[in-house]
Amino acid sequence: MGLVSWLVLLPFLTTVAVVLTPASKSRNIRWVAALGTGAHLLLTAFVTWKYWQAASPDFPSMKTALATKLYLVERMPWFESMGIQYFVGLDGISMAMIILTSIIIFTGVMASWNVEVRTKEFFALLLTLVTGVFGVFVSFDLFLFFVFYELAVLPMYLLIGVWGTGPKEYSAMKLTLMLMVGSAFILVGILALYHVSGTHSFDLITLGQATYDSDFQRWVFPMLFVGFGVLGALYPFHTWSPDGHASAPTAVSMLHAGVLMKLGGYGALRIAVYLLPQGAQYWGLFFMAVTTINILYGSFGAITQKDLKYFTAYSSVSHCGFVLFGVAALNMMSFKGAIIQMFSHGIMTGLFFGLIGMVYGRTHTRIIPEMGGLAKVMPWLATCFYIAGLASLGLPGFSGFVAESSVFLGGFFGNPWHDITAMRILTLLATCSVVVTAVYVLRGLAKVFAGPITDAHFEHLTDATLTERISTGMLVATLAVVGLMPGTLINLIESSVYPLVNRLHAIGGKF
Amino acid sequence: MGENLVSFLEKTPDVSHWLVLSSLLFSIGLYGLLTRRNAVGILMSVELLLNSGALNFILFNRFISPGNIDGQVMSIFVIAIAAAEVVVGMAIFVALFQQRKTVDVTQMNMMKG
Amino acid sequence: MDQTMELGFALKNAWLILALPFFSFLIVGLFIRPLSKRAAGIVATLAIFLTACFAYRLAYEYFFTLPGALEGIHKAFVPWSVEWLRYQENMVVSLGILTDPISVMLMVVVTTVSSLVHLYSTGYLHGEDGYGRYFTYLNLFTFSMLGLVTAPNIVQMFVCWELVGASSFLLIGYYYDRPSAVAAAKKAFIVTRFADLGFLIGMLILGFFGFQFFGELPASVTQGLQPFDFMFLTHPEVGAKFLAQGGSFLGISLVTLSMILIYMGAAGKSAMFPLHIWLPDAMEGPTPVSALIHAATMVVAGVYLVARMFPVFAVSGDALLVVAYVGAFTCLFAALIGCTQDDIKRVLAFSTLSQLGYMMFALGVSSFENPLGYTASMFHLFTHAFFKALLFLGAGSVIHAVHSNSIWDMGGLRKKMPVTHVTFLIATLAISGIFPLSGFFSKDEILSAALESGHTNIFVVGLVVAGMTAFYMSRVYFVTFWGKHRTEGAHHAHESPPVMLIPLIILAVFSIFSGFIPFAHFVSLPSPHGGEGAAHGGIDLAVALPSTAVALLGIGLAAFFYSGDTSRIEALSKSLGVIYTTIKNKFYIDEVYLFVTHKIIFRFIAAPIAWFDRNVVDGGVNLSAWGTRKAGSGLSRTQTGQVQTYGSWFVSGVLGILLVLWILSFERH
Repeated sequence: MGLVSWLVLLPFLTTVAVVLTPASKSRNIRWVAALGTGAHLLLTAFVTWKYWQAASPDFPSMKTALATKLYLVERMPWFESMGIQYFVGLDGISMAMIILTSIIIFTGVMASWNVEVRTKEFFALLLTLVTGVFGVFVSFDLFLFFVFYELAVLPMYLLIGVWGTGPKEYSAMKLTLMLMVGSAFILVGILALYHVSGTHSFDLITLGQATYDSDFQRWVFPMLFVGFGVLGALYPFHTWSPDGHASAPTAVSMLHAGVLMKLGGYGALRIAVYLLPQGAQYWGLFFMAVTTINILYGSFGAITQKDLKYFTAYSSVSHCGFVLFGVAALNMMSFKGAIIQMFSHGIMTGLFFGLIGMVYGRTHTRIIPEMGGLAKVMPWLATCFYIAGLASLGLPGFSGFVAESSVFLGGFFGNPWHDITAMRILTLLATCSVVVTAVYVLRGLAKVFAGPITDAHFEHLTDATLTERISTGMLVATLAVVGLMPGTLINLIESSVYPLVNRLHAIGGKF
Repeated sequence: MGENLVSFLEKTPDVSHWLVLSSLLFSIGLYGLLTRRNAVGILMSVELLLNSGALNFILFNRFISPGNIDGQVMSIFVIAIAAAEVVVGMAIFVALFQQRKTVDVTQMNMMKG
Repeated sequence: MDQTMELGFALKNAWLILALPFFSFLIVGLFIRPLSKRAAGIVATLAIFLTACFAYRLAYEYFFTLPGALEGIHKAFVPWSVEWLRYQENMVVSLGILTDPISVMLMVVVTTVSSLVHLYSTGYLHGEDGYGRYFTYLNLFTFSMLGLVTAPNIVQMFVCWELVGASSFLLIGYYYDRPSAVAAAKKAFIVTRFADLGFLIGMLILGFFGFQFFGELPASVTQGLQPFDFMFLTHPEVGAKFLAQGGSFLGISLVTLSMILIYMGAAGKSAMFPLHIWLPDAMEGPTPVSALIHAATMVVAGVYLVARMFPVFAVSGDALLVVAYVGAFTCLFAALIGCTQDDIKRVLAFSTLSQLGYMMFALGVSSFENPLGYTASMFHLFTHAFFKALLFLGAGSVIHAVHSNSIWDMGGLRKKMPVTHVTFLIATLAISGIFPLSGFFSKDEILSAALESGHTNIFVVGLVVAGMTAFYMSRVYFVTFWGKHRTEGAHHAHESPPVMLIPLIILAVFSIFSGFIPFAHFVSLPSPHGGEGAAHGGIDLAVALPSTAVALLGIGLAAFFYSGDTSRIEALSKSLGVIYTTIKNKFYIDEVYLFVTHKIIFRFIAAPIAWFDRNVVDGGVNLSAWGTRKAGSGLSRTQTGQVQTYGSWFVSGVLGILLVLWILSFERH
């Protein structure tokens, strides 16, 4: 059993351990979950080191590579008759996503320290879900990828339906159904690739070597892009996100907005753009236009929201728009920006939802106009909230700026396949969102935390507990580290972005 | 048509006559299956269906490949299964009757959508 | 940079100028603040003083020890840089320090004012709850501002630009339980953010062309540079290429467009009309913050940016004209409003606006043929930093004593607060441009520059505003320090503690003597063909005499109206009627903004989008769910639960299929 398999196995074993712990001892369950995810964090650090050792000598040669290069690969046949294998490995992009997930799940467990209802089932489902997420990020066999993908999506239904708030059954059902529709598109796309490639294999690398005629690419690319886009909150398939996030319990929102929505961008880049470069060239501008709507629409939508979670969900729609915008803009900087944005938004929105959960746990309201002056009684949470807010409006020094500036530059520099003026206009429109973001973030923050205390019972609220401090502190530190030293993340992902771009140029051609 | 029927009936019986018999049996059974309201009647209709099948096995065995006995073996299987089916079926009906005091199948519409 | 050149300690370790305040910020913010507020203040202040000493050392080395320095030749070079953000190959942003005359000059200004403000704040905010927090922010600001002035490339400039904006936001909103402060902080951030959008887009355009030209230009130009580097962007060959290949958009050449967009960023930070609205409100922050950020350093960042990019602005003459006229207009406009305000800090804020207008139009009127304005602008920036900081700190000292911001709550303070009084008087005379105080020299130079470059209309505006400046500053001075005590607060006022007075005295010394620095020797526009521009200093009597005359006239008028009883001014303002109220209400520009944001953007864009999303887009989703459910319940009627019915359907289906097959078999024959 190799290291990469352990990345998936460890959360699974933690799930088993949680299941085996007596349900009456919720304290022990929490500790098992915390230890398991904490151990995963260490494992991730170790794997990152290993990956770095293995991959860094190849960095110069990747500049001209046409196929992504995987490290720490494990391969064994699964359903040989259909060419399905257990094929896991790592490249820079998946490594970055693994780090993100590992941080989010650990902090998520920390943030759900006070779940008292059916604690055991909660943590078991949460860890099952995260097993699926890790699986998606390491698998390079599309069948395996899909299996894990579904594993990551489904537990969400129960998690929201059972532990949620508000119209939770409705939200859970809506979320699950919409994501299932996306999955259906993805499945059809994957099967089409499998059959048309003639390789009798689901292996991403093998599929990448096959040739697909341009008509086929033109049909399948939007299918895959929209399929993944549903999870990445692509307009107009984003409406599960506000309801879903608003109803979900804290850790689930964190995990969902922080990590699951990233599966969308990840899949679009890794599968749709990687395998179907001509399709991407055909559809790029169209999807840039759609994601520009995403970006502006999400940010304008957030201005008038009253509920903190709706507010953050709309801001997520806007920020995830940047991910898909970067993917659709098809060049080096925009791809890099998209990946950094995935990482950055994951951490940031994890922090946001974590904090909202903590504030809600104290004030018992999430309605922005009902709150006020909370900075006085909970300075730690207020500080973290301000940091998250400033990061989300793209303040340099936090990771959001690195991501957004890359995406803007990428969009503005254009690519050889699309009308550069159109791309520039779209980019400039997207750029305008930085102002709108500032407006809604500052308005929201000012109302909740600044000003005089509006309600007498807020006077006696307490600041963050130790676990909450660990959780939020870690996320803030990650935001700052990536923002101040973007080289750390860029070096990790850069070598894996080159093949994506090189393929676009090698398998070029205009329609 | 008329002459055909007369000449058919006047002929020495061969496979086609037997097949007509089996078809008649099957049709009667099918009719009973779809129209009887009493569960026991339905069970009897099923018996007719099974017997027409068994009859076909024997017929084809006898007229197509008289050398081997596959068809006969299958018909014995059919009889055995029919017996088993009746047992299970009757057991279900008895249980149903104990609960609902009727074996009228039109009353049993719990699967209504 | 010549590799063989021997560098002194400070230039060799130039990174310290950023590292000192940054690590002080981290250490104070994370470790010392939770332990002891008092210690946080002391450590933060010491760190900035250390930075200031370092900056002086660096300035000394730069201006006096480098080869050629004594002859007045100051080359720009990058003593330290590391790779920071790699967008792609040949598109790398580094974090570094650029030393050239203006950056070194500003390092001195920033560290001087910042250290004095730190010291002053230890007294001013004594005993407040947020003491530690305040010093953390102040350190962050100092770091960001130093990063801004030392930025070797436009991206680092933008990064620090945003960071100073954020620290300004945090400091304006320092009294976060006061709604007006929170609103002011929000407004400052959003308005400057809106302006920064222009900066960002301008940067994208510059980055794109820079990248394109980078590949086309010979290695002698691009050696050791990156497309975003100022030294590359301001290179004359790049400017020439811009003109030749830049193309145009909507009839405006792209270089003009990008420069106007960059200027939009600059105008936001430097509060030029019509983006000035945040600065008066920013006075809600603690007074030392206003002195540091909103008078001496951050607001001049816009001027600095224009000066930094001056060679590119010069390529596009139209952009410079925009700079000149917006500057001149703001200069006049703000001075007008300044004459009517009652809040001492707001008067100072409008005077800052007005002085920034001077600096801007000085840049706008200069050119490579007429480089005096560039030097004059930087000179005024330099002197203004000291006397305006002094004015604010003096005002802070008064507010500290009287506990009110309104000048009409003060009065007669000249006996009670002698040190504050004298220093405030010095600053007032300096800003009014009275010989031999520093403001006289720099303002004089600006006016000469405007006259020499042929912009007579701007010169006239400058001259008029000089008189108005003298008038409104003297008005504040007379109302505050002369006459009777108007309130109890003024009656019980007493002089501030020494930690607050020492900075005042130091700044007063600077305000008196900084005018005598032969500024043109240090800072002058680098001519495009190597060597130095032909800037000259010295007093031009044709300008000095009228400007002194209008200044004296302004002071005299103020003395006439305000030194004794105020019935005369009441009569005057009443007779002006609507004009007076319009000016007093700042020409209702805030109301226009409010209308646009709340009534138009929120109500007609944001709210409909939210509604559209909930009802139309999400309605579509719910509609499809509803449709599915209806179709399901409709079809479920066919499920009677009667197995016999199902059987009949089944048999008829089989028969139907058989029938079809049978018919088809006919067709085949």
